[in-house]
Amino acid sequence: MTQAREDTAPDRAGLTAGRAGAVAPRRRRHYSVLTRRDKILLGLMVGIPLFLDLIFIWGPAIASVILSFTQWNGIHGLTATDWVGLGNYEKLWSSYAPFWEGVKHNVLWFLVLMFIATPIGMFFAILLDREMRGSRIYQTIFYMPVVLSLAIVGLIWQLQYSQDNGMIDSILRGFGWSTPPDWFGDPSINLWAALVAASWRHVGYIMVLYLAGLKSVDPSLREAAAIDGANGTQTYLHVVFWVMMPINTVIVVVTSIEALRAFDIAYIINHGKNGLELLSTLITNNSISEASLIGFGSAIAVVLLTISLVPIVTFLTRIMREERE
Amino acid sequence: MTATTMTPSEAKPRKSIRWGRIALYVFLTAMSVLWLLPLVWAVYTSLRTFGDTEVNGYFSLPAAVTLQNFFDAWTQGDLLRNYIQTLEIVIPGVIITLLLASMIAFAVTKFSWRFNMGILMLFVAGNLLPQQVIIVPLYRLYLALPVPAPFSDNGTLYDTTIGVLLIHIVFQTGFCVFVLSNYMKTLSKELTEAGLVDGASVFRIWWSIILPLCRPALAALATLEFTFIYNDFFWALLLIKTGDKRPITSALNNLQGEFFTNYNLLAACSVLVAIPTIVVYILLQKQFIRGLTLGSTKG
Repeated sequence: MTQAREDTAPDRAGLTAGRAGAVAPRRRRHYSVLTRRDKILLGLMVGIPLFLDLIFIWGPAIASVILSFTQWNGIHGLTATDWVGLGNYEKLWSSYAPFWEGVKHNVLWFLVLMFIATPIGMFFAILLDREMRGSRIYQTIFYMPVVLSLAIVGLIWQLQYSQDNGMIDSILRGFGWSTPPDWFGDPSINLWAALVAASWRHVGYIMVLYLAGLKSVDPSLREAAAIDGANGTQTYLHVVFWVMMPINTVIVVVTSIEALRAFDIAYIINHGKNGLELLSTLITNNSISEASLIGFGSAIAVVLLTISLVPIVTFLTRIMREERE
Repeated sequence: MTATTMTPSEAKPRKSIRWGRIALYVFLTAMSVLWLLPLVWAVYTSLRTFGDTEVNGYFSLPAAVTLQNFFDAWTQGDLLRNYIQTLEIVIPGVIITLLLASMIAFAVTKFSWRFNMGILMLFVAGNLLPQQVIIVPLYRLYLALPVPAPFSDNGTLYDTTIGVLLIHIVFQTGFCVFVLSNYMKTLSKELTEAGLVDGASVFRIWWSIILPLCRPALAALATLEFTFIYNDFFWALLLIKTGDKRPITSALNNLQGEFFTNYNLLAACSVLVAIPTIVVYILLQKQFIRGLTLGSTKG
């Protein structure tokens, strides 16, 4: 951290010195090494990717907000008569039942990942953060689902959940349950079934992130706590957990974003319908796959955008704070 | 040795530690089995014939083990075509993303501009957005952008390989910029300055000094990005309409419909699609972990 401070301080004077030349003539000479060509080149190195980022990500993000105030169907050009003000939002709020279903499911998705899958991942990390034989093998196994696409995860779990052919119902039938549940088909339980699949993958992800954090904790803190007579659990709860606050933030951010992005599993199971409505699937189903209600779908996208700004801003604030230190 | 020096009072805690160890191993092993079970079941299902499972049920010992389902899935699903599509997106995708990201990271960490922080934030935030937030306007944009014949059948960016390649590059650049700028900050500034004093162009400094030093980070990112792009389901699902043109992961959407009646084939197909990332993971596990760690702890 101190090194970073030393690095940035003279440097900040660096390029600005080019402009405020009179103040620091020596620095200016130093930086005049950057030729005109270099400056253009640097501009291009940043400018081209920045241009693409603005056109293909931020442009559409802003366009979503604008389109959400219209009832554009995408067939003819956008005209003044398409403007409906807050009409789409009113409809979402009051007369479109799947929207609230979607909100509820995204919230549940977040709660299950955050309060069940994430703690399990942290717990695995704590268990594996010690000198023990086979630690690597366990890590490899727990992390394995993370390298799979969520679409594959959905399919693999379809093989487990299938009423006729799946592993789970075969076992249940073995125990004498003649008509075991249709896990992915029954709208009252399929969200939970999908969450088991999503958690199977999320646990390993959190485990790896957290394990890296645990390894970076200064060992002398643990030694000090041990000298003070704290046992492992106490050391973790009173010292390690708090030292790892930056990682904890990352984990909350990562988990929230995973929950907001949830799409693939629901889509591969049943296109995100019939108990698996999510904000993400409602957007694509309304505006691309089936209907062409661009304005209406964009209003859902804006809701999703607004919610996701919370974890995004949290994360950016953290980066900026660290940058300043 | 230890037994002779151990006093009775010491023996007790050691014994409890040993029991703790055993409990730990039992728990972790049980969890590992639980974690592997879905994968094992998928492989097991894929190795059995439809006739066998029809008669005996899925939860039974196999009458015969066969690789036939893999051949059938491969030919009936015409998977080779989709794997080639994947390669056409993944290989240039990873290379171009890393090049662009390293340029940006180089420019914002080695030179101070007024907007450095802003640029970094823009890229990072863009990568964190849920893709669905931008998909509707992006889809319209793709339908509107003209692309000449060899690259597009319909004259637009929609339903083209380069369209999907492009959005991957733009989207993934954000993550790579973040990781690489964290990494480059740890490299001494003097390297750049010495290069400039010696009269090297910024291009030379980026290419011949900074990039070689970033090799560990680039290797880790290349591994991660390979799986990120390979595993993409969403972009290609919505930006490519023709099933033949979809990369393998998105093609699962059609294949699932095709194989729905035959779970052995569906299992074989899932295993085939899962194999490349699992192999890369097992071979390059260190790179994976390092990539994720660089993205989280040094931020």
